[in-house]
Amino acid sequence: MLLKRFLPLAAFAALVLLLVRGLALDPTALPSARVGQPLPEFDLQVLGGEYRRSAGQWRGQPALLNVWATWCFSCRVEHPYLLDLAENGVTIYGLNYKDDPVKALTWLQELGNPYAETVVDINGDFGFDLGVYGAPETYVIDAAGTVQHRHVGVVDERVWTEQLAPFFEGGS
Amino acid sequence: MTLFRWLLLSLALSSAAALGVIETYEFSSPALEARYKALSQELRCPKCQNQNIADSNAPISRDLRAIVHEKLETGATDSEIIDFLVDRYGEFVRYRPGLDRNTLWLWSAPLILLLMAVAVVLLQIRRDRASAMSPVQQARAEALRQKFQDEAQQ
Repeated sequence: MLLKRFLPLAAFAALVLLLVRGLALDPTALPSARVGQPLPEFDLQVLGGEYRRSAGQWRGQPALLNVWATWCFSCRVEHPYLLDLAENGVTIYGLNYKDDPVKALTWLQELGNPYAETVVDINGDFGFDLGVYGAPETYVIDAAGTVQHRHVGVVDERVWTEQLAPFFEGGS
Repeated sequence: MTLFRWLLLSLALSSAAALGVIETYEFSSPALEARYKALSQELRCPKCQNQNIADSNAPISRDLRAIVHEKLETGATDSEIIDFLVDRYGEFVRYRPGLDRNTLWLWSAPLILLLMAVAVVLLQIRRDRASAMSPVQQARAEALRQKFQDEAQQ
């Protein structure tokens, strides 16, 4: 009898728990489909260079792959922090996404170049294969060339310490 | 006044048309166009929440529409196109998710709820039967009813 009386209360409590948990979920979270997979194949012109790069040539050390463009405001925001990271020995590759290479070169000359190398993806084809849906996005690529993590949005001190740095420990 | 109304109406209509059209694709057959419409309704824009790629103005949606169009024209099946996009953008892009471990509860919920409803109804019926009157009680009730009727008639 007692059980019957408290059954609605218990059901209500369970519902509240479910909904509170739902509130805590981030509806914008979009896990990258590429995590755990090798970096998709590409063959792209290097920005400011007369040669091309393919995915296999970036192996050997953990690195960041930063998707950026001159039309992207947040990229300008995170740029100084990327310079800091590069100065501290983090290898960062750039993916210049759907941009004008001339503008991109000027941007690097004016603001400094944190990238070990930047490849030019004018049509966004490689970006599409990687699952990029905007800029900035930053991927962690391990020494074997496997995508380990994707961060969407500006990289700052907090993002680096909490999400990206763990992949670099013991490495560089 | 009527002129003003006409102006308002034409303004409203023209702006709606401008918003509606994003870009148009040429299709080699009406069947392909129908599939394109269905697919772009069912695929979700990765950048924007709660919009399909048909309704979204985001650059990534434009890219996805271009890819759907291209794949359709080169003879890909609907499921090939969806798989191609899921490979890159994950299950997130599907408004009708496939059946896997994560969506098992989602897909089975209607069935579970139906079974629960049937169980409740069956329990209720059984309880009603159990609480039905015994022949002795029925006889007594009948006698009482008879008695009241007789009293009312007097």
